[in-house]
Amino acid sequence: MIRDITIGQYYPAESRIHRLDPRVKIICTLLFLVSLFIQNSLLGYVIATVFLGVVIRLSKVPLKYIVKGLKPIVILLLFTVVMNLFLTQGGERLVHFWIFTITENGLRTSVFMAVRLMYLVAGSSIMTFTTSPNGLTDGMEKLLHPLNKVNVPVHEVAMMMSIALRFIPILLEETDKIMKAQMARGADFESGNIIQRAKAMIPILVPLFVSAFRRANDLAMAMEARCYHGGEGRTKMKPLKYKARDRMAYIFTVFYLILIFVVGRFVDFKLWIF
Amino acid sequence: MEGSESMEMIHAENLVYEYDKRDEDGNIVGTNRAIDGVDIDIPQGSFAAVLGHNGSGKSTLAKHMNAILVPTGGTIWVDGRDTKDPAELWNVRQAAGMVFQNPDNQIIGTVVEEDVGFGPENLGVPTDEIWKRVEESLRSVGMLEYRKASPNKLSGGQKQRVAIAGVIAMEPKCIVLDEPTAMLDPNGRKEVIRAVEKLRKEKKVTVILITHYMEEVIDADQVFVMDGGHIVMHGTPREIFSRVEELKAYRMDVPQVTMLAEELRQRGLDIPRGILRREELVEALCRLR
Amino acid sequence: MSIALEHVNYVYSPGTAYEKQALRDVSLEIPQGQFVGIIGHTGSGKSTLIQHLNGLTRATSGRILYEGRNIYDEGYDMRWLRSQVGLVFQYPEHQLFEVDVLSDVCFGPKNQGLTQEECEKRAKEALNLVGFPEKYYKQSPFELSGGQKRRVAIAGVLAMRPKVLVLDEPTAGLDPKGRDEILDQVERLHKETGMTVILVSHSMEDVAKYVERIIVMNRGGKMLDGTPGEVFRHYKELEEVGLAAPQVTYVMHDLKERGFDLSPDATTIEEAADEIMRSLA
Repeated sequence: MIRDITIGQYYPAESRIHRLDPRVKIICTLLFLVSLFIQNSLLGYVIATVFLGVVIRLSKVPLKYIVKGLKPIVILLLFTVVMNLFLTQGGERLVHFWIFTITENGLRTSVFMAVRLMYLVAGSSIMTFTTSPNGLTDGMEKLLHPLNKVNVPVHEVAMMMSIALRFIPILLEETDKIMKAQMARGADFESGNIIQRAKAMIPILVPLFVSAFRRANDLAMAMEARCYHGGEGRTKMKPLKYKARDRMAYIFTVFYLILIFVVGRFVDFKLWIF
Repeated sequence: MEGSESMEMIHAENLVYEYDKRDEDGNIVGTNRAIDGVDIDIPQGSFAAVLGHNGSGKSTLAKHMNAILVPTGGTIWVDGRDTKDPAELWNVRQAAGMVFQNPDNQIIGTVVEEDVGFGPENLGVPTDEIWKRVEESLRSVGMLEYRKASPNKLSGGQKQRVAIAGVIAMEPKCIVLDEPTAMLDPNGRKEVIRAVEKLRKEKKVTVILITHYMEEVIDADQVFVMDGGHIVMHGTPREIFSRVEELKAYRMDVPQVTMLAEELRQRGLDIPRGILRREELVEALCRLR
Repeated sequence: MSIALEHVNYVYSPGTAYEKQALRDVSLEIPQGQFVGIIGHTGSGKSTLIQHLNGLTRATSGRILYEGRNIYDEGYDMRWLRSQVGLVFQYPEHQLFEVDVLSDVCFGPKNQGLTQEECEKRAKEALNLVGFPEKYYKQSPFELSGGQKRRVAIAGVLAMRPKVLVLDEPTAGLDPKGRDEILDQVERLHKETGMTVILVSHSMEDVAKYVERIIVMNRGGKMLDGTPGEVFRHYKELEEVGLAAPQVTYVMHDLKERGFDLSPDATTIEEAADEIMRSLA
């Protein structure tokens, strides 16, 4: 059910990708996402696929997990495909019935958009699968550190993010439990119109908020008891230092970027309409 | 207080904690006393247990030992430091580590080892030393093999052991455990109590265990029973458990073996008071034959 | 008038990395009016088992019959079943949400489609059954003590007038007196209403004192099923799976080994004391 959501979850394993500095993973993920938008050719997507494939392989995260992570965007995906398929015009007409027309451009755009979206999610989920949320926030914190000078509480924000990530699965499980408890009292979440359904959520939301506040309170106390007093004077168990492999990863990514940019722009390769 | 400080881990004199009672609009309508004139002495390296029903003030007392709460009257010294002194706050919290009831709500890290490292990080311990401490603490609670695991995948007993390791890594002189087993099943309870026992013996840390499970306090050097913010009984486990009726009046219980011994005594058998273990009862009965 | 499980299997998230068989070929029958204890450690399948009894979780295979009818039949009214088999979850006070105690207890009957009047009548009756004082009916449930909150939550299920009451660890987190009070109340309820009561617990002492039948669950399967005396006779097997018999059972067995002429089946303090006195006489 609700517990099956895998996006934003860490997949513990020992792999080359896991060992990379989180900053590398954040920056390279961003670069990868950018790379999907700076080109729009078949060869470009082939190169992106190879890059993504290699990274997934190196990460030792089962492909199944990544595919599962795509589930939540299925609707969005379908929507994009359908919209592009019928609304983008241009090029040769491929199919025509009643008021619908599918053109070459429409088909191409919708396929490319779908691939782009899937790679977007797969690329970012590889980052979250291979980086512990703490690593992720550490990386963010370090990358955004310069903002401290303009009074942005970077450490605090990073800490809040990592705590939020830790509690998401707990709160999901709790939601599941409260839902079942209310169903045992005859609550019905499945039928009725939108207003009735929204009203039916109150018996879930109130206990959930009460519990979230109780947990927040407990957690604040536990953190204080362990001498937490903000970022000042804090050392790090896993301080971020670039190593040779991190530099390699940057080089590899930059190489990929150049390749996709050059090939995508200048090499003309066409297969049917793509 | 001077002079004897080094011997006492926790020393409290006439401790009082009051909080405001408010009506529905948030106006103060009076005060409640959660702790009312408590005197305690817990020597360095000893094992003390605090019993009491829910709402007896035992948790409030525990929170004073770590300066989560500061007294509104009287004084409590932790490792010779007055918890009211703001300059000593972090020293007090480092000296007396605290483990709470709910295993989920005290684990901050998303990976076991990162959670254990959280305390030392806050203390500003150098990185190499943090790694050493994390490994050592996880080993001492038997959780080393789970160092890379996500806390969400652990059982309740395992989570509490991680929480204990997180405290140990701060190298405190004393650990205060506030009902660490209340939310666990019998196996989890055993795991946690065994881990605490091991720490007591191997690391000689002072242990203060707040609980309402009678079986867990049998090995304590001294037991305090709280009710209405007061310490109403104080003594060795044997002394405390020989006063069955009194304990029941304070909403407490005694171990089932003690209860059986008491029942047999009341039926006229010549059995000593305050039997704690089943071997003792069996021996006492064998002598009667 | 009973609940029967026939070869029930339940597999969690089949086909994924988390796949786990939570129930294995469980068959049992609970006649109306029985006071049953279900014992097992965390992960033994006991919580999954009880969620099958009111249809919250659907078995992967097997049949569940309530009053002789298969609950998986097409068109079976699950909401009616849930009002018949009342399930009180662990830490049930975490499901309270209304502005006052009475409205919270009314939630169940309201879902049954009863009139406001009838809802309140049933709510009051239920609160009365759990011994909740009337002067707090209009209080916010969040301001009550732990023990009182739990009573309100149990009343919330009783207000649907179930014929079967299932309680998952009703004493978790309570102090010793609070534990006794809740269990005494449940026992009284059982006697007064003739309801079937299914008590899920990991406290052998609690279960032995109250129930007439114990079902021991282990690794998703039914391991033992019988009267407390019969079940605790297997105390060594229980220990192997991480459970234990009540302390008195051990005392009785120790005494028997030391040559006392007694039956070691006692499971409560009174029974044990009687037996020891008899053997010493």
